[in-house]
Formats: sequence, structure tokens, C-alpha cells
Amino acid sequence: MASAAEIAKRAERENIRGRWLLSAPALVIIFIAAIGPLFVMLAYSFMTKGDYGDVKPVFSLDGWFSVFFQRDIFDDTLSIADAHLSIIWRSVRLSVITTLATLALGFPTAYFIATRPRHTREMWVFLVTIPFWTNLLIRTFAMQQVIRNEGVLNTGLRALGIIDQPLQIMYTDWAILFGMVYVYLPLMVLPLYASMEKLDFRLVEAGYDLYASRLAVLRRIIIPLVKPGIVAGSILVFIPSLGAYVIPRVLGGGKNLMLGNLIELQFGSGRNWPLGAALSITLMAVVMLALMVYVRNAARSGAGHG
Amino acid sequence: MARWGTRRFDIRVQPGFGTIALFTFALLYLPIVTLVVYAFNGSDSLSSWGGFSLRWFADAARNGAVQDAALRSFIVAVLAAGIATVAATMAAIATTRTAPYRGLGFKYAFINQPLMVPEIVTAVALLIVFSRVKVWTGYSGLGYLVLAHTAFCIPFAYLPIRARLEGMDSSLERAAADLYATPWMAFRRVTLPLLRPGIIAGFMLAFVISLDDVVITEFVKSGGQDTLPTYMLGQIRRAVTPEINAIATAFLALSVLLVTVFFFINRRKA
Amino acid sequence: MNWMKTAAIAALATLGFAGSAAAEGALNIYNWGDYTSPELIKKFEDKYKVKVTVTDYDSNDTALAKVRAGGHGFDIVVPSANYLPIWIKEGLLLEARPDQMENFKNVEARWVDVPWDPGRHYSVPWQWGLSGIGVNKKVYGGDINTSAIFLDPPKELVGKINVEPEMNDVLYATIKYLGGEWCTTDRDLLKKVRDKLVEAKPKWLAMDYSVTEKLPSGDYAGVYYWNGAIMRARLKNPDIAFGYPKEGYPVFMDSVTILKDAKNVENAKLFMNFIMEPENAALISAFAKYANGIKGSDAFLPADMKDAPELVIPPQFEKAGEFLKTCAPEVSELYTRIWTDVNK
Repeated sequence: MASAAEIAKRAERENIRGRWLLSAPALVIIFIAAIGPLFVMLAYSFMTKGDYGDVKPVFSLDGWFSVFFQRDIFDDTLSIADAHLSIIWRSVRLSVITTLATLALGFPTAYFIATRPRHTREMWVFLVTIPFWTNLLIRTFAMQQVIRNEGVLNTGLRALGIIDQPLQIMYTDWAILFGMVYVYLPLMVLPLYASMEKLDFRLVEAGYDLYASRLAVLRRIIIPLVKPGIVAGSILVFIPSLGAYVIPRVLGGGKNLMLGNLIELQFGSGRNWPLGAALSITLMAVVMLALMVYVRNAARSGAGHG
Repeated sequence: MARWGTRRFDIRVQPGFGTIALFTFALLYLPIVTLVVYAFNGSDSLSSWGGFSLRWFADAARNGAVQDAALRSFIVAVLAAGIATVAATMAAIATTRTAPYRGLGFKYAFINQPLMVPEIVTAVALLIVFSRVKVWTGYSGLGYLVLAHTAFCIPFAYLPIRARLEGMDSSLERAAADLYATPWMAFRRVTLPLLRPGIIAGFMLAFVISLDDVVITEFVKSGGQDTLPTYMLGQIRRAVTPEINAIATAFLALSVLLVTVFFFINRRKA
Repeated sequence: MNWMKTAAIAALATLGFAGSAAAEGALNIYNWGDYTSPELIKKFEDKYKVKVTVTDYDSNDTALAKVRAGGHGFDIVVPSANYLPIWIKEGLLLEARPDQMENFKNVEARWVDVPWDPGRHYSVPWQWGLSGIGVNKKVYGGDINTSAIFLDPPKELVGKINVEPEMNDVLYATIKYLGGEWCTTDRDLLKKVRDKLVEAKPKWLAMDYSVTEKLPSGDYAGVYYWNGAIMRARLKNPDIAFGYPKEGYPVFMDSVTILKDAKNVENAKLFMNFIMEPENAALISAFAKYANGIKGSDAFLPADMKDAPELVIPPQFEKAGEFLKTCAPEVSELYTRIWTDVNK
């Protein structure tokens, strides 16, 4: 006869097996249509490129090689693939600036909302939520109508007599930057607000009691307290910025590529799938690296305060 | 709270924050308003104003390609969000209200994976795999789009359902069990009704996410499978006509409607 | 089990929809963007009770890559003359024998025995045209019959130029501008070609497809682009003028072909025959503003196309135009690498 402990153990095992069964559909779907293909892509990055797209199943390091190096067309000398690296660098740079700009705009905004009377807060949050759930393409397109030469911004500035020639914003890095800040701003505001809503103003009060200046209160009390929100918002903005594809495609005019467009190019007219696969994995690696840095940072700062 | 008023200043105010906040709200809405205004522009071009008109909406509504794309978007979104919600509900039940067990963290990571990987990466990976599968099976229907959408909808459906479950008291279910209800009965009669707001929220999130997707659809679709966003992407790149504004405005109105409904459902719950 | 029912219904519905997509009465066309007359499609749909969908592509390479990848689901594709031999060689096309179709008699004699498809066993003419210069005369008043407009742009145009993102057309103009011949393998010359393009590119604003809208609106002031699109821009803004690069410009013809793995072959053949009807060919041209290759279609063309400066090549520039040949694969490879270098 089984002891009570054994029965409990068996029940526990069955419980866990049931839980695996129950989560199986979700896990299987995600494996088939999200995670599994990544492994196939990893394999493709080590194959030989086909003549007109696709790959030949022959092992080759050319894909990875050409992420970082290039052979000169004319004299066959080797050099660093500055073209790829400069696109990667542009993607990282624009994403960092986007993150900082959304933080600069989003932090005061979230704070503003969090300090409204309770019954109006919901309305402000709702106002941020609407653009958040609006189609990214539509918002990019909307931004295009503001910044193009005959758009609202230029027409307005001209009417005010500030400029006499339209500012060329479309098809520049500025256009991509404006687009990304605009599109990803809600992703910064919402998590910031979530942590500011819980902000205990008695601590702020205590700060002032100790004759801290407003700036000191902001720096020493508020910012450390809402740090989880800052970290979450920054991750949420940085990741999609780095992989941005639609925004540079619509606003960048086919000339200012970001990593996402460079990847697409390899699967389209570039006809170099192994390189495209290798670039994709590089992008993923950069994202994972950023995530790890953030998470470690967050954990450390959390421990410091705990 | 009353004590704060006795100070010379409101301790909650940071100078300049209000101005920046109002600027941010203006920034969030100026482009959308521009887009909507131009949708009602009677002129042929986006460069000039030709009086108020609904002609572009009429044009868009008559455009067969737009009708097809809109219908396709809807079908894919309903199927993907539906399947994702069922799968996510099961997964949520399996991963909440339990002592940690081996594999639990793995499940979290797995389910949230689509949120972590840049969309373009998933998109090209799917392109690679699905184009092979399409050749092998000879089937190139909507199933691929539904499957791809379902995968990235699951984490969005999962979040609110899990949140709801974690806030739920399990004593009612235990009471049901004490009254000799089968686990299935307890689930049907007790858990599911309590869970309903979370499930509805999850479905709606997934639905909106699927409806909005551009990148993955662009790479997975076969011939003649444009959804409304990929149709618009193709158009925007070329001649931008006010008709696109009209389509975008209609799309926008639908999103706002969904978000508003979602917002009020959530509020009632709270 | 409610959810199981739901899931089952969903699965069935998916398969059902998939089935209907491949059913009779459909035609999937894969064509260049902004190139297919909606009126033509409507007329075809009404006449044959066929549901037509048109999907856009933006370059020969993109179309080739997508179809090559497999599982594309298209029936008809419209490659340019210089790419058609690759499509045939790669075994992607169906030998549909349009030359035996009823309306083939309408094809102009000079478009029958073409080098890219002798005797027209695979393809029928869609439209033909050339790449030329479009300039807003209000911005720049100098000579525009030269590739210098985009390769050595005058300062008025710097930063306001759009160049078509089609590799062969751009390379052709550049090679000719520097005194070479198409399909050349002269390394010194090609090095100069690359350097010229790398030097010119920062002076361009974009390499995009929105010329019909953005040239008349003033976003672009100079373009190297296809003549039909520039004509459409001029119709919206009379300040736009068209120039023929005297150093040499590429002439293209895009032809309708049926894919080997097409699901709606019969409808695709009907479509081929349909567009060789002069009245229908005129619809194609009336929309995109390029010439077609069908006898008798002129009678149905809108008046604004009869003496359009974009379509009637002045005698002194006739010699400068050349049909793009398909270069040998290793030459193509070399050109692709130059292009990639420029595009980075």
C-alpha cells in the first residue's frame, strides 16, 4: 500500500503532466511558426547561395564571412564590410537615439498623467492607448504626411515665415528618426506610467522635508523609484526600433537602409539568402545582448534598493 | 493628502513636465488628424485642399482589391485570434496558481518568445520554411498566414488571461470540488465564467495585433493574398492617393472602436 | 467540449478558404506596381467571370527571387525582355504558345521574332518604353537630354533627384555615359562606373517608385525614370519636361508570361489572348502611358498620348536608344556585385 507521501507525489506528477498537456497547443504552434524556423534559418546561414535566390545544400561560411568582410570586385583584396557594418551601426545609433528621445518625451508625460486627479488619469491613459493600438503602417503613413515637403510641418513653417524653402526631411535619417519616435512613443509612456502610478509621494514629501531641491528629488527619489518602468520602456522601444522595417521603407526612400531592409534586400533582389540569414541572426544576437544588459542592470539596481 | 496643500508649492509638480506632456499629446495626434483631414479632401492630390468630400471613401469602398484585402484581413484575424485565445487560455491555466515546477520558466520564455525576436527575423525565417513547405505540399492557401499570425498572437492573448487567473481566488473552485463537481464541471461552471473578461480581453488584443500585422504577412503571403496592411504598404510606396487616406481612416476608426470597447470592458471589471 | 468544436470549425474554415482560392474562376497576376489598368481587369473579369487579383513587385530581381523561392501562387508574371531568357532557362515558364492564339495576328511584326523569345512561344507584349530624364523646368532650365542630370547633377537638382531602383537600367545609362558598351567586361571602365555611381548617389534624394505623385508635387525636381510614369507626372504638372539621354538610354519591353506551376492556366491563356485585342491593349496604355505592341490600338488611345514628347522619340535621339540584351551570367554576376556595392 502506498504511503500518503507517495500518493501526493503521484498526484503531483499527474498534475504536472496535465499542465504540460494543457500548454502543448500553444507551445507547438509557437515552435512550428516562430522558433523552429529560426533554427532552419541558422542552418541556411551556413549554406551556399543559389544563383537566383534560395540556397544549395552545400556547407559554406560565405554568408557569415560577408557579414563582416568583403572582397573587392576589381582587385580581390579583402577588407572589412564597412557597408554592412555602417548599416548595423546606423540601426543601433538610430535605435539608441529613438529610445532616448522617447524617454525624454515619455517620462514627463507619464509623470504628468500619474499626477492628474484619479478620475481623469484613465482618460489620459486612454489617449496614449489609442495611437498604441493603431496600425503601425498607418501611423508611419500619417507621419509622412506631416514631414513631406508639401506636408503640414513645412507648410506651417512657411506660412509663419520661418523658412522659405521646404525642409527636406523625407528620405533622410531624420525622417526615420521622427517616424520611430512617433510610432514607439506609447511603448515608452505606458510602462513608465505603470510604475509611476505606484509612486509613493510620501517619499517625495520626505525629500522636500529634508530641503532637497526639485531636481534633487527628481534625481534621487523619483527616478530610482520608477527605474523598472524606465528599463521596461527602453526595452520595449529599443527592440522594435532595431528591427524596424516598415518605417525606413516608407520614410527612408529606398536609400537609407536599416538592418531590417538590408535583410529583406538579401531575400529579394540581392539574392543572397545565406547572407540574409546570417544578418538576421546577427540582429537577433544584438537584441538578445541588449536584453541581457538591461535585465542584469535592472536586477542589480533592484538588489541595491532591496 | 491634505497636508500637501499646506506647502508653498505642490510637491507633485515638476517644472516643465506639463508643457512637455501637452507637446507629446499634440505630437501623438497631429499626424493622425492630418491623415483624417486629407481623407475628406475633395482634391485629386495630397498637395492641395479641394473642399470637403466623401469621394475617396466611395472610391475605396468600390475598389475590389480593397474589399478582398479587407475581407482577408478579417478572416485571418478572426481565425488566428480565435485559435490563439484557446491555446493561450489552456497555457495560462497550466502556468498559473501552481508551485514552481520544472519547465515552468521554460514555458514562459517559450510563450513570450515572439515578443522578443524582431519581427523581420521571424518573417524571413518563415519565408524560408514556408516556401519549401508550399512546394512540397502544393498547398499555398491562407493556412500559412493563419498559422504565422496565431503564433505571434498567443503571447498577446496569454497576458491578460494569465493576469486575470492570478488575481482569481481558487477557493470557489475548491468549493466546487468539495461539492463533488468533476474537474471539467468546475472548470465550465466556475473557472470559465470568472475568467471570461480576461479571455475577451485576450481575444481582442490578439485580434488587433493580427489585423495590424504588416511585416510577417508581407513575407508569408502567396500570390493574391494581400491583407489590408500589405495592400497599403504596396500602394504607399508608389503613388500615394487620398484613397489610401480614406482606407487608413476607416481602419483607424475600427481600431479606435475596438480599443474603446476593450477599455470599457476592462474598466467594468475593475 | 466547446473549444474543441471551435478549433475544429476554425481548422475546417481555413482549409475551406484555402480551397476556394485555388478554385475555378480565379487568376493571380504578378506585375510591376502601378502598371496594370484597373479598367482592363474589370473588363476581363466581367467578360470571363473570373476573379482577378493583381500583386505588385518592384524589380525584375524581386519577382524572380519570389517565384524562384516557390509556393508563390501566381499564374502570370510580366518580366522584362532582358530577364525573360533567365526565366525560360530556369524552367519557370509554361510554353503557352501564344503565337497560335486567335489574336496573335494583331501583334506588330517587329515584336514577333524578338531575341528574348523567338517566335513568341512563351510571351505576349505588354508594354514597352524607355528610361529617360524628367525635370521640373522651374527648378532647372539647362539641357536635360543627358544622363548628367543624375550622374553629374547640376547644383539646382542636387538632393532632389530620384533614380529608378532597377539595376540594369541604371548601369546601362552609366556605362554609356562613361563611353562603354552594354555587357562590357572592361574592368577599368566598370571600376569607373562603380565610382561614378558611388559618387553620385549622395546627391540623390531617393531611389523610389513614387514618381507619378512626387515629381509633380515638387518633392522631386529631377528623375531618371520610365517615360510613361514621367508622362503621367507631366499631365499633373505642366512644368515637367522629358529628356532623352543622348549618351544612350535603355529601351525595355515587358511581356506577359504564364508560370509553369500556375493553377489557373486556362484563365491565364484567356488573358493572354484578351490583351492582344487592340481595344484592350489601348486600355493598358491609357493607364500606364507606355506604348503597347498591338496593331490598331492607336485608334483607341486617348488624345493626350498621340504626340506625347515622352512617347514620340525625336529623330536625333533614336540612335541613342538600345534594347537591353541579357548579358552572360558571369557578366550579370559582376554587375550585380557593382550594384550591391552602390546600394549599401
